Amino acid sequence: MSQDSQWPVWEVFVQANPGIPHKHVGNVHATDAEMAIQNARDVYTRRSEGISIWVVPANAISASSPEDQGSFFEPSNDKPYRHPTFYKIPEGVKYL
Amino acid sequence: MEDQKQIEAFEAKIASGVKIEPKDWMPEAYRKQLIRMMSQHAHSEIVGMLPEGNWITRAPSLRRKAILLAKVQDEAGHGLYLYSATETLGIDRTELLEQLHTGKAKYSSIFNYPTLTWADIGAIGWLVDGAAIMNQTALARGSYGPYSRAMVRICKEESFHNRQGYEIMMHLAQGTPEQKAMAQDALNRWWWPAIMMLGPSDDQSPNSDQLMRWKVKMESNDAIRQRFIDRTVPQADFIGLSLPDKDLKFDETTGHYTHGPINWDEFFEVIKGNGPCNAKRLKARSDADKKGRWVRDAALAYAEKKKLKAA
Repeated sequence: MSQDSQWPVWEVFVQANPGIPHKHVGNVHATDAEMAIQNARDVYTRRSEGISIWVVPANAISASSPEDQGSFFEPSNDKPYRHPTFYKIPEGVKYL
Repeated sequence: MEDQKQIEAFEAKIASGVKIEPKDWMPEAYRKQLIRMMSQHAHSEIVGMLPEGNWITRAPSLRRKAILLAKVQDEAGHGLYLYSATETLGIDRTELLEQLHTGKAKYSSIFNYPTLTWADIGAIGWLVDGAAIMNQTALARGSYGPYSRAMVRICKEESFHNRQGYEIMMHLAQGTPEQKAMAQDALNRWWWPAIMMLGPSDDQSPNSDQLMRWKVKMESNDAIRQRFIDRTVPQADFIGLSLPDKDLKFDETTGHYTHGPINWDEFFEVIKGNGPCNAKRLKARSDADKKGRWVRDAALAYAEKKKLKAA
């Protein structure tokens, strides 16, 4: 007999209101995308928490690794000129 | 041997309030303790569906029935959030369930008591969910990201559970003498188990220092228990029910209630498996798992067939 299956894992993203991004809320186990969406509705939106749901097979997500966090994001640290506060504008100049 | 530097960095992170995420480095003892605690919590949610599910078909009105159904469905949802959070620590749900069915993993002692009358549903929502909220609001501040986020969600939902339970008790207490007696009887039977479900007394609870430093535990069992008692006693007074503790009294100097001795022998017996319903609860869970197996297999086979057809 095959191994007991709890079904593949799907990560769930819910959009709470129109115009804002979908946000990760957790995951569900389901046999396919359709079932994952239904399960996600029952598990994560029982109290009108969302108007749209995305489900993604968990194994399709690649993530940056926390050990490399420092060096990976470091390149942006020495470029303060990307921030508007880098530039000194005389007082009295408006709309800038 | 774990690198001392790694442990120091880990502890510094926790001390500064940064959450630990699944892929971050963590000491083995932290991971193990979390798996134990979180799975115990997950199991409690789904085993907790059984005593309440017992009354769904016999709820006294359609309103009560719809509410109870929604509450029991919430508990299933809580179980799912928690299993999913536990899986982020690198353990599979199949394995977690197996630990439950073989008795290797525990669940809350409280669910090994029977629900004899409708008033027990009121007492559970009011007292058991009330005590759980005390514990869970503390855990929501814990250091492990997925657990803490699950707790925040769960706490929001528990507040409905708590209030619907109190409302049931209030209506019964205001009803006929028989109804009031039924409410009082339920309170008499659930009060002590609810007090005990917050865990052994601090002097009997090992490892607490490290767990507190790692923010796995946020408050001692006794501190949480005290808060639960302080908040619940006036609620009982308000609806004219009395608590089954003749030593219970308000201490003006501390601002807290003092209570009589807790029967820890009973608590440890229930934990060991000798409570009134332990065997029944485990059998129900394990039967549900076995009987549901063909459904899981069939659903998976169907999904695979559909995928093949689409290809």
